[in-house]
Amino acid sequence: MIIVKNLSKTFTLHNQGGAVIPVMTGADLHVGRGECVALTGPSGAGKSTLMRLIHGNYLAASGEIRVAGHAVTGASAREILALRRTHLGYVSQFLRVIPRVPTSGVVAEPLLRLGVPRQTAEARAAELLSRLNIPERLWSLSPTTFSGGEQQRVNIARGFVHDYPVLLLDEPTASLDATNREVVLNLIEEAKARGAAILGIFHDEAARTRVCDRLVDVTGFTPGLRHDA
Amino acid sequence: MAAPTDNSAPLLQVSGLTKLYGPRTGCAGVSFDLYRGEVLGIVGESGSGKSTLLSSLAGQQRPDRGSILWQGQDVLSLPETGRRRLMRSDWAYVHQNPRDGLRMGVSAGANIGERLMALGARHYGGIRASALDWLARVEIDAARIDDRPSAFSGGMQQRLQIARNLVTGPKLVFMDEPTGGLDVSVQARLLDLLRGLVRDLGLSVIIVTHDLAVARLLADRLMVMKDGRVVEEGLTDQVLDDPQHAYTQLLVSSVLQV
Amino acid sequence: MSGYNFAYLDEQTKRMLRRALLKALAIPGYQVPFASREMPMPYGWGTGGVQVTAACLTPQDRLKVIDQGADDTTNAVSIRRFFERTAGVATTTSTAEATVIQTRHRIPEQPLQEGQILVYQVPIPEPLRFLEPRETETRRMHELEDYGLMHVKLYEDIARHGEIATAYAYPVKVGGRYVMDPSPIPKFDNPKLNGNPAIQLFGAGRECRIYALPPYTEVVPLDFEDHPFRPGRADHSCALCGAQESYLDELITDDRGTRLYCCSDTDFCASRQAPSATEA
Repeated sequence: MIIVKNLSKTFTLHNQGGAVIPVMTGADLHVGRGECVALTGPSGAGKSTLMRLIHGNYLAASGEIRVAGHAVTGASAREILALRRTHLGYVSQFLRVIPRVPTSGVVAEPLLRLGVPRQTAEARAAELLSRLNIPERLWSLSPTTFSGGEQQRVNIARGFVHDYPVLLLDEPTASLDATNREVVLNLIEEAKARGAAILGIFHDEAARTRVCDRLVDVTGFTPGLRHDA
Repeated sequence: MAAPTDNSAPLLQVSGLTKLYGPRTGCAGVSFDLYRGEVLGIVGESGSGKSTLLSSLAGQQRPDRGSILWQGQDVLSLPETGRRRLMRSDWAYVHQNPRDGLRMGVSAGANIGERLMALGARHYGGIRASALDWLARVEIDAARIDDRPSAFSGGMQQRLQIARNLVTGPKLVFMDEPTGGLDVSVQARLLDLLRGLVRDLGLSVIIVTHDLAVARLLADRLMVMKDGRVVEEGLTDQVLDDPQHAYTQLLVSSVLQV
Repeated sequence: MSGYNFAYLDEQTKRMLRRALLKALAIPGYQVPFASREMPMPYGWGTGGVQVTAACLTPQDRLKVIDQGADDTTNAVSIRRFFERTAGVATTTSTAEATVIQTRHRIPEQPLQEGQILVYQVPIPEPLRFLEPRETETRRMHELEDYGLMHVKLYEDIARHGEIATAYAYPVKVGGRYVMDPSPIPKFDNPKLNGNPAIQLFGAGRECRIYALPPYTEVVPLDFEDHPFRPGRADHSCALCGAQESYLDELITDDRGTRLYCCSDTDFCASRQAPSATEA
């Protein structure tokens, strides 16, 4: 479901003398249906960069990325948006929302964009929010005022509200207590069971061991580190 | 497997659009397609040509070269009557300053009703009902329907301008810095409202803004303009997070946090 | 009166006016610009109407001049005397006998006939003026038949007063095309504009505009389906002639506010008070 072939990424800093910084080279990756793969490697090795490339957030310098059969490299903005809407979910570490929108609306948003009727979408959002132990009295408030852990759970609810065939998870269990960590791991296991392909960054080793089928060390794709190795 | 986008034709096709002011360039060689439900952001600093582009697109001034096709029809060859009809039916224009887009001397209800009446609505009760419906949608108290917009706050005026524009169910809305000049909290409310309307009505929007945070929250796609030309375009978060052009990098890095 | 050309204006000026009038008749309801002349009376006293009348008069004509329906008010008397002296035409107060009638603010009660000309004095010819102050924009709105704004005014009336409160200068659509200000006649007179056998000419001297309705032109008041146009009238009968269907003036007759209603059309009222005199 996720195919990465010979992918490389450089940043060109035009305003700093046109310095070209290679950050990734020769990346290869494959995540199949129902599989969960963890990216590992030290900080700065390029785990998030690879995730962002797959999400279409970064432009690849060369190589190929395919998600659920659709090309990400070379795709138009419109195609990537459509892919994100239907096939490619992403749980980031940061919540970026319009301050005034209530939590229930933030979580239901991906379904509303798919044209799911508001009632159905909000019912599904409510289901996930209660499962993730966000007290109902907070649902009508904007999550911008929430604690880090609560924001993280709102993000997770938003990422799981639609059954995306492909999911990218950036530290989904960080800053969660044991109960909620368990809920998130269950969600991941359920997603795998329905056939979702999942690629994630997990610093939580126990969690990684429990849900991931394989580990991919991105150090192998990192220009500086690879030469040192 | 085909791309998971709908295969309908683009609503708006712009190619080679150029507007010159004497020897100076307003905007040059701008081309893009816009599809139903898409929000296109045009960003750039003052004088980059983004407002010239918007007003040339919206028929407020005549471009020197290039073509604009709306649902396959050449807009620039339309007679003035046809263009005006387009501007009050399928198209709408939200001005930065609500005073430019509202009639300050008539009530809120009449402001909303004007486009309906221009299209031939002749039932007072029906016009009134539409006005009330739209006041509710833009979160203005129904009791204010007979008040003049001069008695409204800036945020309310802007919401009224949006209601006045959307009442006839346009397909394409041009917006020129719609949140400019509003307090941050008022901006958030307006952004939320706009996003909901865009999603629920399947609107296509071309929005000019210098505020990259607004662009990030509203636009699906961005075009970055400098000296009248598009220097970079692409998916909004990609352009903002991984800008390719020197100017975009400068633009993004000079903002505190977006 | 010697020293003046017939009907005061020189022939070139009258020709210019007639060209404007012919154009106005050819495009009913359209405001034709003309080179309005200085007249020996102040603006607002009917300089537009006087110029149109001067351009229409022939020595055989019989002229009637009314102001608010009356033949004997200052404005009517002075204009009538002006043409008596400068054109030497016959004058009359009888609507039926007049060939040219210049009017301010009324249409006579007695139905007009083919061959008669009714000349209106117009203060502000542009019906969109108070809604859109830019002349360039209102002309464009007429050009493009972009008349949504006109209904905005009527909408505002209903929103504020529960009904269309415009009682005079009630806007009309002419021949399904141009929106026109019928001059400040009461809306009671609006139905008489429609399909009238007489030629109706409108002159705005200060604003340099002429417009016209050829005989039998369709003239429809603007309105809403659920708030249709209603010609209004004081719910009284004339204290002098007893008429129940004419337009009435309200007179306050003493310091205690006693009111008296009588016909605004003095010729109509007089003919009803002395039927034998007119029928003879």
